Amino acid sequence: MKPAIFRYHAPKTLHEAVAVLADVAPDDGRVLAGGQSLVPIMAFRLAKPAHLVDINGIKELAQITAVDGKLRIGACVRHAAFYEPVCDGPLGKLLATVVRSIAHHPIRTRGTFCGSVAHADPASEWCTVVATLDGEVAAQSKRGQRIIAAKDYFAGIMTTVLEEDELLTEVRLPLLPADTRVGFQEFSRRAGDFALSMAVVTYRIENGKMADARVGIGGAEPYARRIVEAEAALDGKAPDAETFQAAAVAAAAAIDPLEDFNTSAEYRRDLVRAMTRRALDSAAA
Amino acid sequence: MSDKVDITLTINGRAHAIRVEPRKTLVDAIREDCGQTGTHIGCEHGVCGTCTIILDGEAIRACLMFAIQADGRQIRTVEGLADGETLSPLQQAFIDHHGLQCGFCTPGFLMLATNALEHNPNIGDDELLDVLSSNLCRCTGYQNIIKAVRAARDQMRGQAAR
Repeated sequence: MKPAIFRYHAPKTLHEAVAVLADVAPDDGRVLAGGQSLVPIMAFRLAKPAHLVDINGIKELAQITAVDGKLRIGACVRHAAFYEPVCDGPLGKLLATVVRSIAHHPIRTRGTFCGSVAHADPASEWCTVVATLDGEVAAQSKRGQRIIAAKDYFAGIMTTVLEEDELLTEVRLPLLPADTRVGFQEFSRRAGDFALSMAVVTYRIENGKMADARVGIGGAEPYARRIVEAEAALDGKAPDAETFQAAAVAAAAAIDPLEDFNTSAEYRRDLVRAMTRRALDSAAA
Repeated sequence: MSDKVDITLTINGRAHAIRVEPRKTLVDAIREDCGQTGTHIGCEHGVCGTCTIILDGEAIRACLMFAIQADGRQIRTVEGLADGETLSPLQQAFIDHHGLQCGFCTPGFLMLATNALEHNPNIGDDELLDVLSSNLCRCTGYQNIIKAVRAARDQMRGQAAR
């Protein structure tokens, strides 16, 4: 239960960090941010990186800003930063709701939003938010910066399109229109445990009907994604129990559930139905 | 062997100059290199919470950080709670309400709850329960731990109001 030997690097600037990462990435160099997933993996020796590039000392990565209609969350922003709404309107409220389901308080004081997105656990709450809202991931390397859309970012269980020499510097989320309704629900066996499924939903009301509906499901498939079948069941309809149920059933039918020692595929499918329905109910409340 | 580095851990106000490998976790350094064995090690992978300490004012799990990352920062452990022979109100409440059985998880719970009460002396029962759900007690003495922390909160609030 002790991590294997590694060389430790603590760059002070982003410029320095990507230079170090370019050097050590071919030799299994990894980025250390909050460490709340990486360090346990190292303790189990499932990972034995030869180098760690600790980005915690890079002040420019610790910021949250709102620019051009987007919330920009830097790579060192901790989960606990979202306890209170970080911006006015529905996005700040949604993030403040979601953070309460992430692990436990002492994990939230160290773990980072962007670290979760880089780690890409299927049960990551922040990944589900990023996928649902079509967020963007900014990746920096010596070769330059690229902005990756959420729909192109996730590639599998704990797998993304990030290259080994790329540092995820920030995640950008759209600041939702003020009249957006938001809902989130997840199911886990114990408080703080990995969720077995979760749903993030948003919609607006135009002339009594739902518009711009989004339904994102996490924890049920290799990675979180929007479920267009469920969204189609909502758009243009009144926000009532019958419509919500139809969307929940559509979400459950559309997924290809993971199976593991916790659940069968059918159980997880049923959880997706229940979480989608409850998220829609909470958005309407 | 990887090269050792010189760092200083400041624990309960006292500086400990130590030499560690970068892979040494903070909790191992606190116990083995600084001799402060009040902080316990349970699961070593961030699940049980028994190694909870306060780093720069925030409760963290000391098994999920490397000691080198805490160089020059302020660490508080269970050894720093009492004032000489006088226990902190929370420590006394754990005795009064039978908040410990085997005592293994106690240092972690004390630091977790001390931090929560310092951040918000008026913390509500629901939020308190959310915070306390962070740590495990294998004696399953949760009800008495909750009682003890609530009692300490109420007592400390009462003193503040006077």
